Amino acid sequence: MKDVAVIGIGMTKFGELWNQSLRDIFVEAALKAIENSKVDHIDSIYVGTMSSGLFVGQEHIGAVMTDYLGMNPIPATRVESACASGGAAFRQAYLEIASGQSEIVLAGGVEKMTDGADVTESLATAADQEYEVYNGVTFPGLYAMIARAHMHQFGTTREQLAAVAVKNHKNGSMNPNAQFRSQVSLEQVMKSTMVADPLRLLDCSPVSDGAAAVILCSMDAAKKFTNNPIKVIASAQASDTITLHSRESLTTLKAVSAAAVKAYKQAGIKPADINFAEAHDCFTIAEIVITEELGFFEKGKGGAAVEQGLTSLNGKIPINSSGGLKSKGHPVGATGIAQIIELYEQLTGKAGDRQVNNARIGLAQNMGGSGASCIIHILEAI
Amino acid sequence: MISPRYAREIPQRYRLEAGRCTVCNAIYFPPRLICPNCKSKSFEEIKLNEEGTLLTFTIIRVGSEKFSKEVPYAVGIIELKDGVRLTAQLADCAVDKVEIGAKVKLVFRKIQEEGKWGLHCYGYKAILI
Ligand SMILES: [Zn+2]
Repeated sequence: MKDVAVIGIGMTKFGELWNQSLRDIFVEAALKAIENSKVDHIDSIYVGTMSSGLFVGQEHIGAVMTDYLGMNPIPATRVESACASGGAAFRQAYLEIASGQSEIVLAGGVEKMTDGADVTESLATAADQEYEVYNGVTFPGLYAMIARAHMHQFGTTREQLAAVAVKNHKNGSMNPNAQFRSQVSLEQVMKSTMVADPLRLLDCSPVSDGAAAVILCSMDAAKKFTNNPIKVIASAQASDTITLHSRESLTTLKAVSAAAVKAYKQAGIKPADINFAEAHDCFTIAEIVITEELGFFEKGKGGAAVEQGLTSLNGKIPINSSGGLKSKGHPVGATGIAQIIELYEQLTGKAGDRQVNNARIGLAQNMGGSGASCIIHILEAI
Repeated sequence: MISPRYAREIPQRYRLEAGRCTVCNAIYFPPRLICPNCKSKSFEEIKLNEEGTLLTFTIIRVGSEKFSKEVPYAVGIIELKDGVRLTAQLADCAVDKVEIGAKVKLVFRKIQEEGKWGLHCYGYKAILI
């Protein structure tokens, strides 16, 4: 296997981008990444999108995007793993270069969610249509059931859930690409509209448009384009049952721990070696459970950790310095790539006001559905 | 006319038919073609026990368009007496009376309406006992 590096990044602002189409936001992000990386050619493209068909009625996304990038006839493939589509696209690009098949690959992600589709119904397709959604459960509803079980089993509190949102909005306020750059108080979160008890509106990531793209390159070739390649030291993926109810424990996310074990092994490191991480905080409870599954905190202690500031920007292990899905926004297919972009900015020391001190190794954890798929990447500054 | 997609699930939704692996006895609802536990492909048909315990739940306040007229309604994960778990709405109860550990029983109910004709679609909901 060849060593692989990230050598360039580009993204649109996340938010309600009513004046731009699905293809235009993707092309904007991709062109920025190409320019940023200074590469002279691209061998192939992977695009992550969860549900362009339901959101805007467009499938065959690989073809649309290569055409509008003016890059025919290079190969382009759409990759889908629900909310982990971006991470899955990045992993395919990584594998294609690691295998020696290609030298330079663009991995991107995109979603256009504000064009009028029933977002609740579209997002719910990431769960089991016949045995969860049919019976009236929504996507926030699934995470709400995880939250209630976690509170019941470990004593996690409503305030601890809210602390995740407060922290991520604070980080996001320093991210120029974030959808919400406003801070929120604990009280505002606790008083926001109830969506699915115990989760309130400010526990949920927003509906967003956005695109993100990165350029991956073999480490050998990377030196032609940059003095500062960021090495991909682990790429791991795992799966779990599609229905939440089929899992032995409703408070663990086994796909996350399984992918983490593989990732740490590939990188030859322990959880304590990670300096900072982007976690898939589609809902506040998700970040708490994920930090436990990644081995940063003991099972059941994730809530207390947020409250104690251990995951804050200057804490023991900063989580979601970008603002996370909660504040940065969650254009589903773009999220996994935007996490890689945050890692890249931190590891190259270009994260501005939200720069993590001594950021040398970062982890990105991207998750699909209620945790049926998980993709983890670890990047290192060399 | 009911859709083939709906008709296919009738044995499960109306009659709670599940598959039991004849090698390791694990029960699957809905039935499967291969047992994730022991990889056996041999199953016998059984009917689920209708009684169980509520493991966790939520109250849906914002639903998809299809369920928007039903809110607020409670949905939970139930472990039936035979160990099978499923997701179902909780019917015939005030949403603030629902709690983890409640004893429940599955009953036959209308779940939603399909297509522009508003065809009634049925299945199981849980009631507190
Ligand atoms: Zn078996």
